[in-house]
Amino acid sequence: MLYFFKRAIRDIRANRFLNFVAVITIALSVLIISAFVFFLVNANALIDFWTKGIRIMAYLEPGIPKDNIAEIRRHIEKTEGVGKVRFISKTEAMDQFKKEMEHQSSLISNLKENPLPDTFEIAVRGFSRNWEKFESAARGIATIPGVEEVEYGRKWLGRFISIFNLFRLTGYAMTGLFFVATIFFVANTIRLMLYSRREEIEIMRLVGASESFVKDPFYIQSIILGAFGGLMGLGALFAAFRFIMGNWEMGNWKWEPMSDFQLSVSDFQINFLSPEISGAILLGSMLAGCLGCYISLRQFLKLY
Amino acid sequence: MQPFQDKNFIIRFFHVHKRYDGKNALIDITLDVHENEFLFITGPSGAGKTTLLKMLYLGEPVSEGQVIIDGMNLSRISRRRIPGLRRKFGIIFQDYKLIPTKNVYENIALVVEAVGTKKRLIRKKVNSVLRTVGMEGKEKIFPPGLSGGEQQRVAVARAIAGNPRVILADEPTGSLDTASAEGVFELLKGFHARGATMIVATHNKSLIRRTGGRVILLEQGRLKSSTIVPVPN
Repeated sequence: MLYFFKRAIRDIRANRFLNFVAVITIALSVLIISAFVFFLVNANALIDFWTKGIRIMAYLEPGIPKDNIAEIRRHIEKTEGVGKVRFISKTEAMDQFKKEMEHQSSLISNLKENPLPDTFEIAVRGFSRNWEKFESAARGIATIPGVEEVEYGRKWLGRFISIFNLFRLTGYAMTGLFFVATIFFVANTIRLMLYSRREEIEIMRLVGASESFVKDPFYIQSIILGAFGGLMGLGALFAAFRFIMGNWEMGNWKWEPMSDFQLSVSDFQINFLSPEISGAILLGSMLAGCLGCYISLRQFLKLY
Repeated sequence: MQPFQDKNFIIRFFHVHKRYDGKNALIDITLDVHENEFLFITGPSGAGKTTLLKMLYLGEPVSEGQVIIDGMNLSRISRRRIPGLRRKFGIIFQDYKLIPTKNVYENIALVVEAVGTKKRLIRKKVNSVLRTVGMEGKEKIFPPGLSGGEQQRVAVARAIAGNPRVILADEPTGSLDTASAEGVFELLKGFHARGATMIVATHNKSLIRRTGGRVILLEQGRLKSSTIVPVPN
Protein backbone atom coordinates (compact mmCIF):
# COMPACT_ATOMS: atom_id res chain seq x y z
CA MET A 1 0.00 0.00 0.00
CA LEU A 2 2.86 2.39 0.86
CA TYR A 3 4.40 1.58 -2.51
CA PHE A 4 1.14 2.43 -4.33
CA PHE A 5 0.84 5.61 -2.27
CA LYS A 6 4.38 6.63 -3.31
CA ARG A 7 3.54 5.87 -6.94
CA ALA A 8 0.38 7.98 -6.67
CA ILE A 9 2.34 10.92 -5.20
CA ARG A 10 4.95 10.53 -7.96
CA ASP A 11 2.18 10.61 -10.58
CA ILE A 12 0.60 13.69 -9.03
CA ARG A 13 3.97 15.47 -9.09
CA ALA A 14 4.55 14.40 -12.67
CA ASN A 15 1.20 15.90 -13.75
CA ARG A 16 1.14 18.92 -11.44
CA PHE A 17 -0.97 21.23 -13.58
CA LEU A 18 -3.66 18.68 -14.37
CA ASN A 19 -3.91 17.67 -10.73
CA PHE A 20 -3.95 21.28 -9.59
CA VAL A 21 -6.90 22.03 -11.90
CA ALA A 22 -8.70 18.94 -10.59
CA VAL A 23 -8.16 19.98 -6.96
CA ILE A 24 -9.45 23.50 -7.68
CA THR A 25 -12.59 22.22 -9.40
CA ILE A 26 -13.26 19.77 -6.56
CA ALA A 27 -12.63 22.57 -4.04
CA LEU A 28 -15.20 24.80 -5.77
CA SER A 29 -17.80 22.04 -5.70
CA VAL A 30 -17.08 21.32 -2.05
CA LEU A 31 -17.27 25.04 -1.26
CA ILE A 32 -20.71 25.30 -2.83
CA ILE A 33 -21.96 22.10 -1.18
CA SER A 34 -20.59 23.02 2.23
CA ALA A 35 -22.04 26.55 1.95
CA PHE A 36 -25.46 24.96 1.41
CA VAL A 37 -24.94 22.60 4.32
CA PHE A 38 -23.77 25.54 6.44
CA PHE A 39 -26.94 27.46 5.57
CA LEU A 40 -29.20 24.47 6.25
CA VAL A 41 -27.57 23.61 9.57
CA ASN A 42 -27.74 27.19 10.84
CA ALA A 43 -31.26 27.77 9.52
CA ASN A 44 -32.34 24.58 11.31
CA ALA A 45 -30.71 25.79 14.51
CA LEU A 46 -32.34 29.20 14.08
CA ILE A 47 -35.78 27.63 13.68
CA ASP A 48 -35.15 25.50 16.77
CA PHE A 49 -34.08 28.64 18.59
CA TRP A 50 -37.22 30.48 17.52
CA THR A 51 -39.62 27.63 18.15
CA LYS A 52 -38.19 26.76 21.53
CA GLY A 53 -40.88 27.62 24.09
CA ILE A 54 -43.61 28.27 21.54
CA ARG A 55 -46.97 27.13 22.95
CA ILE A 56 -50.60 26.78 21.88
CA MET A 57 -52.89 28.66 24.24
CA ALA A 58 -56.39 27.15 24.42
CA TYR A 59 -58.87 29.55 26.07
CA LEU A 60 -61.92 27.89 27.60
CA GLU A 61 -65.50 29.11 27.51
CA PRO A 62 -66.48 31.17 30.59
CA GLY A 63 -68.07 29.38 33.53
CA ILE A 64 -67.08 25.93 32.45
CA PRO A 65 -67.49 23.33 35.26
CA LYS A 66 -64.40 21.72 36.82
CA ASP A 67 -65.39 18.22 35.60
CA ASN A 68 -65.47 19.46 32.03
CA ILE A 69 -62.02 20.97 32.44
CA ALA A 70 -60.61 17.55 33.27
CA GLU A 71 -62.42 16.10 30.22
CA ILE A 72 -60.99 18.83 27.97
CA ARG A 73 -57.50 18.10 29.31
CA ARG A 74 -57.87 14.43 28.40
CA HIS A 75 -58.97 15.41 24.88
CA ILE A 76 -56.02 17.76 24.47
CA GLU A 77 -53.55 15.17 25.69
CA LYS A 78 -54.92 12.68 23.18
CA THR A 79 -54.31 15.07 20.28
CA GLU A 80 -51.40 13.95 18.08
CA GLY A 81 -48.13 15.76 18.70
CA VAL A 82 -49.19 17.26 22.01
CA GLY A 83 -46.51 17.29 24.69
CA LYS A 84 -46.74 18.87 28.09
CA VAL A 85 -50.11 20.41 29.03
CA ARG A 86 -50.47 22.97 31.83
CA PHE A 87 -53.75 24.33 33.16
CA ILE A 88 -53.81 28.02 34.15
CA SER A 89 -56.93 28.96 36.03
CA LYS A 90 -58.46 32.40 35.51
CA THR A 91 -57.42 33.31 39.13
CA GLU A 92 -53.84 32.23 38.48
CA ALA A 93 -53.87 34.18 35.20
CA MET A 94 -55.12 37.30 36.96
CA ASP A 95 -52.43 37.01 39.66
CA GLN A 96 -49.82 36.76 36.98
CA PHE A 97 -51.37 39.69 35.12
CA LYS A 98 -51.34 41.79 38.27
CA LYS A 99 -47.72 40.94 38.87
CA GLU A 100 -46.79 42.02 35.36
CA MET A 101 -48.90 45.20 35.51
CA GLU A 102 -48.09 46.33 39.06
CA HIS A 103 -47.47 49.93 37.88
CA GLN A 104 -51.01 50.11 36.45
CA SER A 105 -52.61 48.38 39.46
CA SER A 106 -55.36 51.04 39.67
CA LEU A 107 -56.66 49.95 36.29
CA ILE A 108 -56.91 46.36 37.42
CA SER A 109 -58.43 47.15 40.83
CA ASN A 110 -61.39 48.85 39.07
CA LEU A 111 -62.38 45.56 37.43
CA LYS A 112 -65.60 44.16 39.01
CA GLU A 113 -64.95 40.64 37.84
CA ASN A 114 -62.02 38.65 36.44
CA PRO A 115 -62.31 38.92 32.62
CA LEU A 116 -59.54 36.40 31.94
CA PRO A 117 -60.53 32.87 30.81
CA ASP A 118 -59.31 29.52 32.12
CA THR A 119 -56.51 28.44 29.82
CA PHE A 120 -54.50 25.41 28.79
CA GLU A 121 -50.87 26.04 27.83
CA ILE A 122 -49.89 23.27 25.41
CA ALA A 123 -46.45 22.30 24.17
CA VAL A 124 -46.25 20.48 20.83
CA ARG A 125 -43.52 17.92 20.27
CA GLY A 126 -41.11 17.96 17.32
CA PHE A 127 -42.88 20.40 15.04
CA SER A 128 -39.96 22.70 14.29
CA ARG A 129 -39.50 21.22 10.77
CA ASN A 130 -43.22 20.76 10.23
CA TRP A 131 -45.39 23.76 10.84
CA GLU A 132 -48.43 22.00 9.42
CA LYS A 133 -48.26 19.49 12.25
CA PHE A 134 -48.30 22.35 14.71
CA GLU A 135 -51.27 24.01 12.99
CA SER A 136 -53.12 20.73 12.70
CA ALA A 137 -52.70 20.16 16.46
CA ALA A 138 -54.02 23.69 17.11
CA ARG A 139 -57.01 23.16 14.79
CA GLY A 140 -57.76 19.83 16.51
CA ILE A 141 -57.68 21.46 19.95
CA ALA A 142 -59.97 24.29 18.72
CA THR A 143 -62.71 21.74 17.90
CA ILE A 144 -62.80 20.29 21.44
CA PRO A 145 -66.14 21.25 23.08
CA GLY A 146 -65.54 23.85 25.79
CA VAL A 147 -62.56 25.42 24.01
CA GLU A 148 -63.57 28.90 22.93
CA GLU A 149 -60.45 30.03 21.13
CA VAL A 150 -57.00 28.81 20.29
CA GLU A 151 -54.07 31.09 19.88
CA TYR A 152 -50.45 30.64 18.91
CA GLY A 153 -48.18 33.46 18.04
CA ARG A 154 -45.47 33.74 15.41
CA LYS A 155 -47.60 32.79 12.47
CA TRP A 156 -44.85 34.25 10.28
CA LEU A 157 -42.73 31.36 11.51
CA GLY A 158 -44.96 29.00 9.54
CA ARG A 159 -44.24 30.88 6.35
CA PHE A 160 -40.53 30.95 7.19
CA ILE A 161 -40.48 27.18 7.78
CA SER A 162 -42.28 26.58 4.45
CA ILE A 163 -39.74 28.72 2.61
CA PHE A 164 -36.93 27.03 4.49
CA ASN A 165 -38.26 23.59 3.53
CA LEU A 166 -38.21 24.70 -0.08
CA PHE A 167 -34.61 25.86 0.34
CA ARG A 168 -33.75 22.56 1.92
CA LEU A 169 -35.08 20.64 -1.06
CA THR A 170 -33.12 22.92 -3.37
CA GLY A 171 -30.10 22.35 -1.15
CA TYR A 172 -30.41 18.58 -1.46
CA ALA A 173 -30.78 18.83 -5.23
CA MET A 174 -27.78 21.17 -5.51
CA THR A 175 -25.69 18.94 -3.25
CA GLY A 176 -26.54 15.94 -5.42
CA LEU A 177 -25.79 17.88 -8.57
CA PHE A 178 -22.42 19.11 -7.37
CA PHE A 179 -21.53 15.66 -6.02
CA VAL A 180 -22.16 14.22 -9.48
CA ALA A 181 -20.26 17.13 -11.06
CA THR A 182 -17.29 16.41 -8.76
CA ILE A 183 -17.36 12.76 -9.82
CA PHE A 184 -17.16 13.82 -13.45
CA PHE A 185 -14.41 16.39 -12.82
CA VAL A 186 -12.30 13.65 -11.27
CA ALA A 187 -13.32 11.14 -13.94
CA ASN A 188 -12.15 13.51 -16.66
CA THR A 189 -8.88 14.28 -14.92
CA ILE A 190 -8.14 10.60 -14.41
CA ARG A 191 -9.16 9.90 -18.01
CA LEU A 192 -6.64 12.47 -19.27
CA MET A 193 -3.96 10.95 -17.08
CA LEU A 194 -4.82 7.45 -18.23
CA TYR A 195 -4.72 8.58 -21.82
CA SER A 196 -1.33 10.23 -21.39
CA ARG A 197 -0.02 7.00 -19.87
CA ARG A 198 -1.80 4.50 -22.07
CA GLU A 199 1.45 2.98 -23.41
CA GLU A 200 2.73 2.43 -19.92
CA ILE A 201 -0.57 0.84 -18.86
CA GLU A 202 -0.66 -1.33 -21.96
CA ILE A 203 2.86 -2.56 -21.26
CA MET A 204 2.09 -3.18 -17.59
CA ARG A 205 -0.91 -5.29 -18.58
CA LEU A 206 1.05 -7.18 -21.26
CA VAL A 207 3.78 -8.17 -18.82
CA GLY A 208 1.23 -9.56 -16.38
CA ALA A 209 0.74 -6.73 -13.89
CA SER A 210 -2.30 -7.48 -11.76
CA GLU A 211 -5.38 -5.30 -12.12
CA SER A 212 -4.75 -3.82 -8.69
CA PHE A 213 -1.13 -2.97 -9.62
CA VAL A 214 -2.47 -0.93 -12.54
CA LYS A 215 -5.54 0.54 -10.85
CA ASP A 216 -4.64 1.14 -7.20
CA PRO A 217 -2.29 4.11 -7.74
CA PHE A 218 -5.07 5.85 -9.70
CA TYR A 219 -7.56 5.19 -6.91
CA ILE A 220 -5.12 6.51 -4.32
CA GLN A 221 -4.42 9.52 -6.51
CA SER A 222 -8.16 10.25 -6.84
CA ILE A 223 -8.69 9.92 -3.10
CA ILE A 224 -5.79 12.33 -2.51
CA LEU A 225 -7.28 14.79 -5.02
CA GLY A 226 -10.68 14.47 -3.32
CA ALA A 227 -9.12 15.02 0.11
CA PHE A 228 -7.14 18.09 -1.00
CA GLY A 229 -10.15 19.51 -2.86
CA GLY A 230 -12.36 18.86 0.18
CA LEU A 231 -9.90 20.50 2.57
CA MET A 232 -9.49 23.51 0.29
CA GLY A 233 -13.26 23.94 -0.14
CA LEU A 234 -13.92 23.64 3.59
CA GLY A 235 -10.94 25.91 4.31
CA ALA A 236 -12.30 28.58 1.97
CA LEU A 237 -15.72 28.40 3.64
CA PHE A 238 -14.12 28.63 7.07
CA ALA A 239 -12.05 31.66 6.00
CA ALA A 240 -15.20 33.36 4.65
CA PHE A 241 -17.06 32.49 7.87
CA ARG A 242 -14.29 33.95 10.05
CA PHE A 243 -14.10 37.06 7.91
CA ILE A 244 -17.86 37.70 8.01
CA MET A 245 -18.24 36.86 11.71
CA GLY A 246 -15.19 38.95 12.56
CA ASN A 247 -16.66 42.02 10.88
CA TRP A 248 -20.03 41.34 12.44
CA GLU A 249 -18.67 41.02 15.96
CA MET A 250 -16.58 44.17 15.54
CA GLY A 251 -19.79 46.01 14.65
CA ASN A 252 -18.71 46.88 11.11
CA TRP A 253 -21.87 45.26 9.84
CA LYS A 254 -25.24 45.47 11.57
CA TRP A 255 -28.21 43.16 11.48
CA GLU A 256 -31.47 45.07 11.02
CA PRO A 257 -34.29 42.74 11.99
CA MET A 258 -37.35 42.89 9.77
CA SER A 259 -40.15 44.66 11.61
CA ASP A 260 -42.53 41.70 11.12
CA PHE A 261 -40.24 39.43 13.05
CA GLN A 262 -41.27 39.33 16.64
CA LEU A 263 -37.95 37.78 17.52
CA SER A 264 -34.57 39.10 16.67
CA VAL A 265 -31.58 36.95 15.88
CA SER A 266 -29.32 38.95 18.14
CA ASP A 267 -29.09 36.15 20.70
CA PHE A 268 -28.62 33.46 18.10
CA GLN A 269 -25.10 32.12 17.67
CA ILE A 270 -24.11 31.23 14.09
CA ASN A 271 -21.76 28.26 14.18
CA PHE A 272 -19.38 26.76 11.63
CA LEU A 273 -20.00 23.18 10.52
CA SER A 274 -19.40 20.65 13.28
CA PRO A 275 -16.34 18.37 13.01
CA GLU A 276 -18.71 15.49 12.20
CA ILE A 277 -20.33 17.32 9.30
CA SER A 278 -16.99 18.66 8.04
CA GLY A 279 -15.61 15.11 8.22
CA ALA A 280 -18.61 13.78 6.31
CA ILE A 281 -18.12 16.41 3.58
CA LEU A 282 -14.43 15.51 3.36
CA LEU A 283 -15.26 11.82 3.12
CA GLY A 284 -17.89 12.62 0.48
CA SER A 285 -15.28 14.49 -1.52
CA MET A 286 -12.89 11.52 -1.30
CA LEU A 287 -15.71 9.17 -2.26
CA ALA A 288 -16.51 11.36 -5.28
CA GLY A 289 -12.83 11.07 -6.26
CA CYS A 290 -12.98 7.31 -5.92
CA LEU A 291 -16.18 7.02 -7.98
CA GLY A 292 -14.76 9.30 -10.68
CA CYS A 293 -11.69 7.10 -10.88
CA TYR A 294 -13.81 3.95 -11.03
CA ILE A 295 -15.82 5.33 -13.98
CA SER A 296 -12.69 6.33 -15.90
CA LEU A 297 -10.82 3.10 -15.26
CA ARG A 298 -13.83 1.05 -16.27
CA GLN A 299 -14.18 2.89 -19.56
CA PHE A 300 -10.47 3.14 -20.26
CA LEU A 301 -9.45 -0.42 -19.51
CA LYS A 302 -12.20 -1.68 -21.78
CA LEU A 303 -10.75 0.34 -24.62
CA TYR A 304 -7.04 -0.30 -24.07
CA MET B 1 1.23 -32.47 -40.36
CA GLN B 2 0.37 -34.76 -37.45
CA PRO B 3 -0.45 -32.81 -34.27
CA PHE B 4 -0.45 -34.15 -30.74
CA GLN B 5 1.88 -37.08 -31.33
CA ASP B 6 4.08 -35.66 -28.61
CA LYS B 7 2.45 -34.92 -25.25
CA ASN B 8 5.34 -32.66 -24.21
CA PHE B 9 3.78 -29.48 -25.49
CA ILE B 10 3.60 -26.13 -23.72
CA ILE B 11 1.25 -24.49 -26.23
CA ARG B 12 -1.47 -26.08 -28.32
CA PHE B 13 -3.64 -24.48 -30.99
CA PHE B 14 -6.58 -26.74 -31.84
CA HIS B 15 -8.66 -25.83 -34.91
CA VAL B 16 -8.30 -22.15 -34.12
CA HIS B 17 -10.10 -19.52 -36.16
CA LYS B 18 -9.86 -15.79 -35.81
CA ARG B 19 -12.19 -13.34 -37.51
CA TYR B 20 -12.24 -9.56 -37.56
CA ASP B 21 -15.62 -8.13 -38.56
CA GLY B 22 -16.47 -11.35 -40.38
CA LYS B 23 -13.12 -11.46 -42.26
CA ASN B 24 -10.92 -14.47 -41.60
CA ALA B 25 -7.50 -13.64 -40.14
CA LEU B 26 -6.64 -17.22 -39.12
CA ILE B 27 -8.31 -20.36 -40.44
CA ASP B 28 -8.28 -23.73 -38.73
CA ILE B 29 -4.83 -23.56 -37.14
CA THR B 30 -3.75 -26.70 -35.33
CA LEU B 31 -0.26 -26.56 -33.90
CA ASP B 32 1.78 -27.71 -30.91
CA VAL B 33 4.75 -25.85 -29.50
CA HIS B 34 7.08 -27.87 -27.34
CA GLU B 35 9.01 -26.93 -24.26
CA ASN B 36 12.35 -25.26 -25.22
CA GLU B 37 11.49 -25.31 -28.91
CA PHE B 38 12.72 -22.56 -31.24
CA LEU B 39 9.74 -21.91 -33.50
CA PHE B 40 9.73 -19.45 -36.37
CA ILE B 41 6.51 -18.17 -37.89
CA THR B 42 6.99 -16.87 -41.40
CA GLY B 43 4.74 -15.70 -44.16
CA PRO B 44 3.88 -12.57 -46.09
CA SER B 45 2.47 -9.45 -44.44
CA GLY B 46 -1.16 -9.98 -43.42
CA ALA B 47 -0.75 -13.76 -43.24
CA GLY B 48 -1.76 -13.77 -39.54
CA LYS B 49 1.63 -14.01 -37.80
CA THR B 50 0.98 -11.18 -35.33
CA THR B 51 -2.60 -12.35 -34.71
CA LEU B 52 -1.31 -15.82 -33.84
CA LEU B 53 1.11 -14.35 -31.29
CA LYS B 54 -1.51 -12.00 -29.86
CA MET B 55 -3.89 -14.84 -29.17
CA LEU B 56 -1.30 -16.44 -26.92
CA TYR B 57 -1.26 -13.58 -24.44
CA LEU B 58 -4.94 -12.77 -24.98
CA GLY B 59 -4.17 -9.60 -26.85
CA GLU B 60 -6.93 -10.94 -29.09
CA PRO B 61 -9.60 -13.47 -28.15
CA VAL B 62 -10.03 -16.66 -30.14
CA SER B 63 -13.13 -16.67 -32.39
CA GLU B 64 -13.37 -20.45 -32.58
CA GLY B 65 -11.31 -23.42 -31.44
CA GLN B 66 -9.07 -23.87 -28.42
CA VAL B 67 -5.73 -22.49 -27.35
CA ILE B 68 -4.17 -24.34 -24.43
CA ILE B 69 -1.13 -22.96 -22.66
CA ASP B 70 0.54 -24.93 -19.93
CA GLY B 71 -2.77 -26.64 -19.13
CA MET B 72 -4.85 -23.45 -19.25
CA ASN B 73 -7.62 -23.26 -21.83
CA LEU B 74 -7.72 -19.62 -22.93
CA SER B 75 -11.39 -19.84 -23.93
CA ARG B 76 -12.30 -20.51 -20.32
CA ILE B 77 -9.73 -18.45 -18.47
CA SER B 78 -11.13 -16.03 -15.90
CA ARG B 79 -10.16 -12.36 -16.04
CA ARG B 80 -8.39 -12.76 -12.70
CA ARG B 81 -5.98 -15.36 -14.14
CA ILE B 82 -4.96 -13.35 -17.20
CA PRO B 83 -2.00 -11.60 -15.44
CA GLY B 84 -0.71 -15.02 -14.37
CA LEU B 85 -0.94 -16.24 -17.97
CA ARG B 86 0.90 -13.20 -19.30
CA ARG B 87 3.74 -13.64 -16.84
CA LYS B 88 4.61 -16.85 -18.64
CA PHE B 89 5.58 -14.74 -21.65
CA GLY B 90 8.21 -12.20 -22.43
CA ILE B 91 7.07 -10.17 -25.40
CA ILE B 92 9.31 -8.36 -27.89
CA PHE B 93 7.76 -6.03 -30.46
CA GLN B 94 9.09 -4.74 -33.75
CA ASP B 95 8.51 -1.14 -32.59
CA TYR B 96 10.06 -1.90 -29.15
CA LYS B 97 7.14 -0.34 -27.22
CA LEU B 98 9.44 1.36 -24.73
CA ILE B 99 7.98 4.22 -22.70
CA PRO B 100 9.72 7.34 -24.04
CA THR B 101 9.23 9.31 -20.81
CA LYS B 102 10.99 6.70 -18.69
CA ASN B 103 14.70 5.98 -18.84
CA VAL B 104 16.18 2.57 -19.58
CA TYR B 105 16.29 1.60 -15.91
CA GLU B 106 12.69 2.69 -15.27
CA ASN B 107 11.39 0.90 -18.37
CA ILE B 108 12.70 -2.38 -17.08
CA ALA B 109 11.99 -1.72 -13.39
CA LEU B 110 8.33 -1.17 -14.28
CA VAL B 111 8.07 -4.77 -15.47
CA VAL B 112 10.06 -6.13 -12.55
CA GLU B 113 7.76 -4.25 -10.14
CA ALA B 114 4.62 -5.28 -12.01
CA VAL B 115 5.35 -8.98 -11.61
CA GLY B 116 5.59 -8.49 -7.86
CA THR B 117 9.36 -8.60 -7.29
CA LYS B 118 10.36 -7.53 -3.78
CA LYS B 119 11.53 -3.93 -3.71
CA ARG B 120 15.05 -4.70 -2.48
CA LEU B 121 15.56 -7.10 -5.39
CA ILE B 122 14.38 -4.77 -8.16
CA ARG B 123 17.68 -2.92 -8.68
CA LYS B 124 19.65 -6.14 -8.63
CA LYS B 125 17.35 -7.73 -11.19
CA VAL B 126 17.32 -4.72 -13.52
CA ASN B 127 21.11 -4.42 -13.45
CA SER B 128 21.45 -8.13 -14.10
CA VAL B 129 19.28 -8.12 -17.23
CA LEU B 130 20.90 -4.95 -18.51
CA ARG B 131 24.28 -6.66 -18.18
CA THR B 132 22.94 -9.68 -20.03
CA VAL B 133 21.89 -7.59 -23.03
CA GLY B 134 25.03 -5.46 -22.92
CA MET B 135 23.32 -2.24 -21.90
CA GLU B 136 25.01 -1.63 -18.57
CA GLY B 137 25.98 2.01 -18.06
CA LYS B 138 23.04 3.26 -20.13
CA GLU B 139 20.46 3.08 -17.36
CA LYS B 140 19.74 6.79 -17.28
CA ILE B 141 19.32 7.30 -21.02
CA PHE B 142 15.80 7.80 -22.35
CA PRO B 143 14.72 5.62 -25.33
CA PRO B 144 14.77 8.43 -27.93
CA GLY B 145 18.50 8.82 -27.14
CA LEU B 146 19.27 5.20 -28.09
CA SER B 147 19.83 3.61 -31.51
CA GLY B 148 17.25 1.13 -32.86
CA GLY B 149 19.47 -1.81 -31.95
CA GLU B 150 19.97 -0.49 -28.42
CA GLN B 151 16.25 0.09 -27.97
CA GLN B 152 15.56 -3.46 -29.05
CA ARG B 153 18.16 -4.70 -26.58
CA VAL B 154 16.32 -2.84 -23.82
CA ALA B 155 13.06 -4.39 -25.07
CA VAL B 156 14.72 -7.82 -24.89
CA ALA B 157 15.93 -7.05 -21.38
CA ARG B 158 12.40 -6.08 -20.43
CA ALA B 159 11.04 -9.31 -21.96
CA ILE B 160 13.39 -11.51 -19.95
CA ALA B 161 13.20 -9.49 -16.73
CA GLY B 162 10.20 -11.44 -15.44
CA ASN B 163 11.90 -14.83 -16.05
CA PRO B 164 9.31 -15.97 -18.60
CA ARG B 165 9.06 -19.55 -19.84
CA VAL B 166 8.22 -18.46 -23.37
CA ILE B 167 9.54 -15.52 -25.36
CA LEU B 168 7.30 -14.17 -28.09
CA ALA B 169 9.04 -11.93 -30.59
CA ASP B 170 7.09 -10.20 -33.32
CA GLU B 171 9.51 -9.15 -36.09
CA PRO B 172 12.20 -8.35 -33.51
CA THR B 173 14.73 -7.39 -36.16
CA GLY B 174 12.32 -5.76 -38.61
CA SER B 175 13.56 -2.23 -37.86
CA LEU B 176 17.22 -3.06 -37.36
CA ASP B 177 20.33 -3.09 -39.53
CA THR B 178 22.06 -6.42 -40.13
CA ALA B 179 24.60 -6.10 -37.34
CA SER B 180 22.01 -5.08 -34.75
CA ALA B 181 19.64 -7.81 -35.94
CA GLU B 182 22.37 -10.41 -35.49
CA GLY B 183 23.13 -9.05 -32.04
CA VAL B 184 19.48 -9.37 -30.99
CA PHE B 185 19.30 -12.90 -32.41
CA GLU B 186 22.40 -13.90 -30.50
CA LEU B 187 20.63 -12.78 -27.35
CA LEU B 188 17.53 -14.80 -28.23
CA LYS B 189 19.68 -17.87 -28.92
CA GLY B 190 21.31 -17.38 -25.54
CA PHE B 191 17.94 -17.44 -23.71
CA HIS B 192 16.89 -20.46 -25.71
CA ALA B 193 20.06 -22.22 -24.65
CA ARG B 194 19.10 -21.47 -21.04
CA GLY B 195 15.78 -23.30 -21.45
CA ALA B 196 13.28 -20.73 -22.74
CA THR B 197 10.79 -21.59 -25.47
CA MET B 198 11.08 -19.15 -28.37
CA ILE B 199 8.33 -18.19 -30.80
CA VAL B 200 9.57 -15.67 -33.33
CA ALA B 201 7.58 -14.15 -36.16
CA THR B 202 10.07 -13.01 -38.80
CA HIS B 203 10.78 -12.55 -42.50
CA ASN B 204 14.51 -12.81 -42.00
CA LYS B 205 15.40 -16.13 -43.69
CA SER B 206 19.11 -15.64 -43.25
CA LEU B 207 18.75 -15.45 -39.47
CA ILE B 208 16.45 -18.49 -39.48
CA ARG B 209 19.10 -20.47 -41.35
CA ARG B 210 21.79 -19.37 -38.93
CA THR B 211 19.68 -20.16 -35.86
CA GLY B 212 17.85 -23.36 -36.77
CA GLY B 213 14.55 -24.63 -35.44
CA ARG B 214 11.06 -25.38 -36.68
CA VAL B 215 9.63 -23.03 -39.28
CA ILE B 216 5.92 -22.76 -39.97
CA LEU B 217 4.59 -20.88 -42.95
CA LEU B 218 1.32 -18.97 -42.79
CA GLU B 219 -0.47 -17.79 -45.92
CA GLN B 220 -3.79 -15.96 -45.92
CA GLY B 221 -4.46 -17.17 -42.39
CA ARG B 222 -3.78 -20.84 -43.12
CA LEU B 223 -0.90 -22.98 -41.89
CA LYS B 224 0.74 -24.05 -45.15
CA SER B 225 3.82 -25.95 -44.04
CA SER B 226 6.05 -26.91 -41.15
CA THR B 227 9.72 -27.64 -41.75
CA ILE B 228 12.73 -28.22 -39.59
CA VAL B 229 15.84 -26.14 -40.24
CA PRO B 230 18.83 -27.86 -38.67
CA VAL B 231 20.84 -25.97 -36.09
CA PRO B 232 24.13 -24.96 -37.77
CA ASN B 233 27.34 -26.27 -36.30
